[in-house]
Amino acid sequence: MNAAAAFFYIFSTVMIGSAFMVISARNPVHSVLFLILAFVNAAGLFLLLGAEFLAMIIVIVYVGAVAVLFLFVVMMLDVDFAELKQGFLQYLPVGALIGVAVLIELVLVVGAWTMAPAAIGAAGSPVQPDISNTLALGRVLYTKHVYFFQAAGLVLLTAMIGAIVLTLRHKPDVKRQDIGEQNARDKSDVKLKKVPSRAGV
Amino acid sequence: MIIGLNQYLIVAAMLFTLGVAGIILNRKNIIVILMSVELILLSVNINLVAFSTFLGDLTGQVFSLFILTVAAAEAAIGLAVLVTYFRNRGSIAVEDINMMKG
Repeated sequence: MNAAAAFFYIFSTVMIGSAFMVISARNPVHSVLFLILAFVNAAGLFLLLGAEFLAMIIVIVYVGAVAVLFLFVVMMLDVDFAELKQGFLQYLPVGALIGVAVLIELVLVVGAWTMAPAAIGAAGSPVQPDISNTLALGRVLYTKHVYFFQAAGLVLLTAMIGAIVLTLRHKPDVKRQDIGEQNARDKSDVKLKKVPSRAGV
Repeated sequence: MIIGLNQYLIVAAMLFTLGVAGIILNRKNIIVILMSVELILLSVNINLVAFSTFLGDLTGQVFSLFILTVAAAEAAIGLAVLVTYFRNRGSIAVEDINMMKG
């Protein structure tokens, strides 16, 4: 067994194991930490596949942003997680049944499929071996798929505005600057007071 | 021993299965449901990158990048809804969420 195969088995075993712990851990904080472990191992699998840029993006975006966001929310909300765990054993048979059925179907699909002969030579944007993965991805992303790239930016903008609008709240007892009221103020409302120096008001 | 496309597909299938099972098992805990959705999206990403490598086509990696974007947006919006809901209700029990219909 060569090193690449050994690393494939290490990464995939740890990833599957930690994914199992994500759905079965008693404490949601542990779930989030196992989710981070699963993402890191998926990044390792991406490195083995030669997708270095996506591996680094997985580490930055998923581990650095999404998982930490989950961690913030889990720790911020004061939820009784023991109560939420109540139905776990009750749902275990049907969950295991559906899981096994889905797994059997997917393995049957994986075992039986063959590549269409026309698909093998028909790469839309073939990999060039002499340039790095990041350079190749950038060359394709900013030329051929530039509209999708812009649409992805719009999706992120929408998500940002949506999240801010949903969670922003104005407290009634906090004083805020009202620029319209300031500008509409008449001169007669303003009183000027002569304050003697070193005496205070 | 050569690791081929099928090994990656089977790993992704197992991850997908765990994600689906997680949604069913943790039906009351919406945070774990959101994490299971992230697992499912990750398994789809593994499939796309594996096909991209073994077919020599970069389009799969570009698509995987877009899925990553959508997953990040979905997590942000989902957690924002969750925080707002918790502020109003004081709990995150999934059974009561159909109240949001208005």
